[in-house]
Amino acid sequence: MDLNARIPSGPLDQKWDRHRFELKLVNPANKRKHRVIVVGTGLAGASAAASLAELGYRVSCFCFQDSPRRAHSIAAQGGINAAKNYQNDGDSVWRLFYDTIKGGDFRAREANVYRLAQLSVRIIDQCVAQGVPFAREYGGLLANRSFGGAQVSRTFYARGQTGQQLLLGAYQALEKEIRRGGVTMHPRTEMLDLVVVDGRARGIVARDLVTGAITSHVADAVVLATGGYGNVFYLSTNAKGSNVTATWRAHRRGAAFANPCFTQIHPTCIPQSGDYQSKLTLMSESLRNDGRVWVPKRPGDTRRPEEIPEDERDYYLERKYPSFGNLAPRDIASRAAKEVCDEGRGVGPGGLGVYLDFAAAIGRLGEKTIAERYGNLFEMYQRITDENPYRTPMRIYPAVHYTMGGLWVDYNLMSTIPGLHVLGEANFSDHGANRLGASALMQGLADGYFIIPVTIGDYLATQPLAPVGTDHPEFRRAEDEVRARIGSLMAGKGRRTADSFHRELGRIMWEECGMARRAEGLREAIGRIAALREEFWRDINVPGSADTLNQALEKAGRVADFLELGELMCRDALQREESCGGHFRVEHQTPDGEARRDDARFCHVSAWEWVGEGQPQRLHQEPLVFENVQLATRSYK
Amino acid sequence: MAGSGSGKTMRITLRVWRQAGPSAPGRLETYDVPEVSPDMSFLEMLDVLNERLAAAGQEPVAFDHDCREGICGSCGVMINGVAHGPRKATTTCQLHMRSFGDGDVITVEPWRATPFPVIRDLVVDRSAFDRIIAAGGYVSVATGNAPDANAIPIPKSDADRAMDAAQCIGCGACVAACPNASASLFTAAKVAHLGVLPQGQPERYRRVLHMADQMDIEGFGACTLFGECQEACPKSISIDHITRMNRDYFWASVQPPVAEASAGAI
Repeated sequence: MDLNARIPSGPLDQKWDRHRFELKLVNPANKRKHRVIVVGTGLAGASAAASLAELGYRVSCFCFQDSPRRAHSIAAQGGINAAKNYQNDGDSVWRLFYDTIKGGDFRAREANVYRLAQLSVRIIDQCVAQGVPFAREYGGLLANRSFGGAQVSRTFYARGQTGQQLLLGAYQALEKEIRRGGVTMHPRTEMLDLVVVDGRARGIVARDLVTGAITSHVADAVVLATGGYGNVFYLSTNAKGSNVTATWRAHRRGAAFANPCFTQIHPTCIPQSGDYQSKLTLMSESLRNDGRVWVPKRPGDTRRPEEIPEDERDYYLERKYPSFGNLAPRDIASRAAKEVCDEGRGVGPGGLGVYLDFAAAIGRLGEKTIAERYGNLFEMYQRITDENPYRTPMRIYPAVHYTMGGLWVDYNLMSTIPGLHVLGEANFSDHGANRLGASALMQGLADGYFIIPVTIGDYLATQPLAPVGTDHPEFRRAEDEVRARIGSLMAGKGRRTADSFHRELGRIMWEECGMARRAEGLREAIGRIAALREEFWRDINVPGSADTLNQALEKAGRVADFLELGELMCRDALQREESCGGHFRVEHQTPDGEARRDDARFCHVSAWEWVGEGQPQRLHQEPLVFENVQLATRSYK
Repeated sequence: MAGSGSGKTMRITLRVWRQAGPSAPGRLETYDVPEVSPDMSFLEMLDVLNERLAAAGQEPVAFDHDCREGICGSCGVMINGVAHGPRKATTTCQLHMRSFGDGDVITVEPWRATPFPVIRDLVVDRSAFDRIIAAGGYVSVATGNAPDANAIPIPKSDADRAMDAAQCIGCGACVAACPNASASLFTAAKVAHLGVLPQGQPERYRRVLHMADQMDIEGFGACTLFGECQEACPKSISIDHITRMNRDYFWASVQPPVAEASAGAI
């Protein structure tokens, strides 16, 4: 398997410019001869589809939701980073690059991350020009706030709805191109397979979720922007529909899956309230700017938070990480929360919670200022928990939020299947083993607005692509396989719903492949997941018909793929015998409980190759080379 | 994990609209849902019903939903005749069962509006909203064209006003609540969002003309300022934006060339 990342030569700060010059171009008159398929309409997909259509490519765009505006990027709350240095606080492209590399615990490529930091400034320009109503100061200029893992204020935001506003900007650009005829939009349509012809990605097979029709779509290149796979844990902050099917099906067709065990557990989510719970809700990390995290010093302290005096509280993040305090990166803050709960000092039902307290900030700034900054988040908290966070501290607990792993891509965002490009959370490239807050929006838009429009041209200009139609045997075969799979799901006369299998898988993943992982537990989990998968195909029950809107069928297909992915995640976590970022192996920690990396053995990307049904994937490595930063032990103390 | 509530549960009777397809006749079916926790969201209560239906070999109730945190705009049903149910400024997914009482009978129906045809059960087709945006709900700025983000200062009050309007989640509750099935609040929110910002000025008048015309083409009714939309809106978007849209539409209609040339002057 070819894992050449095709990093351009030359100094770090000139690589992208030089690369853009060296890439082949498609002349404007020829662009309209190329069709590109874009799957997914979140920040990465919508921005890519709109930008490619603006250039003149003919774009077919797919989403499973009823409208492209509903993709889960819409739920991102806190903000988007950019190295504008508008605050004059010492920020620079280099600092954003360094913070991101360090935040990712030195498990990302230097060249990709540097390019991301470079492009960050243009993203803000583009979004403002589209009319994104970012927060502003009284002087009329853009406001910033700080976020975890950084000591500068470089996060741009639109109240607590930054993802919504950025996505609406990209969605509106997409709708503009739909109206103009540059994009053909297929909402309520789910990609169920990738079609590879002569070793190149040439199209997809999709299901119309309203009529059940299975259709093939041909293109010269395919772009997947289908998000992450956090829902493998069942409970996560992802939308209910977020799934791995598109990327997993591409993996089974030959795209390497990189670092699948790198998952982000976000420290500030609303704790679970019952077994019926269908999802977990994030409370933006921006709250940690003004909220102080604490638990009682004494285990089993059942007093109300207001009754616990100052000197009996443990502000453990401020105590352990004095220089970053409550703004320690997500992986560190999550693990610290788990630690104090394991010590019996957790609060709320089951002792699975810590306080996020705004009393000091309200005392200092007044309730009005806090309401202006976080009002909608406070309201959401109150609606869900029936508690007033202006009066009593929020209770929070870590939850699965983001997946850094994903399909392997080179510097051009192309997977190991020529012609298949992967953007945003669906790829693995920029966040290493831990993503910093406000960097997901940045990456999605950098990939979609600025990288893929350039790099895809080089692919199209240099590949001789024979014309193919949907009658090509590879399309026929893929369609047949999709129909057969739906047939076996519908034929099941078992007793269990897809949801019940999903919950069981989620419990295994959370217990054994969550915030702390150990070899023995991972080995056990691999066996349990394999058994669960067998039981799934034996005992699944999908009511209704495949020829109508059938949400149970959609769900069952997605759960079937999660059951394969879960096992690979555990195997990846098992082979990575080090702790780094969000991947914490209990066997590999420092005496004070911090992650211990093993750069001698694991300074590489783990990329898994599908070798066939029923056989374990083959592991490949892409070495990570650090020429510009020194591998250091990450410290936020 | 234990529930955070007092552990007491409620018994709910649901009357749910069932409709097999766009042209199939629909009817209200009655279901008994025991052991509803007050801490459940309304959609989690429907999940519980669906698990029970599936276990009994019956087809689950189809309903749109995705983020379940009140921002994607996917969910939305009429609950006892009220769009998104009894709690103000709350989407269906953020409505919790503590808003109901033990023994309550709750009627659940899809959005009712000709431009929103029923696809199945509680799922409707809201693609008309996408076409209204496509008609002009954007700033025509191709990727790469943008000046520095701080090149044009925008008064904070204008940015805040734009954001108030831009919060619309496109759920369709405004249409469902309107006796005329008007899409004016949805459309006006976008017209206002872009219309108060300097970036939106060059296309301000052409935008309002095209978007308003698209509303008519889709078959939405006229706005007669009942104000029901504002009451139903989960993001509390104000009908003041409709007044603004009407004013812009008037200027655009009476003096199209002048309006186009003097963008921003009004």
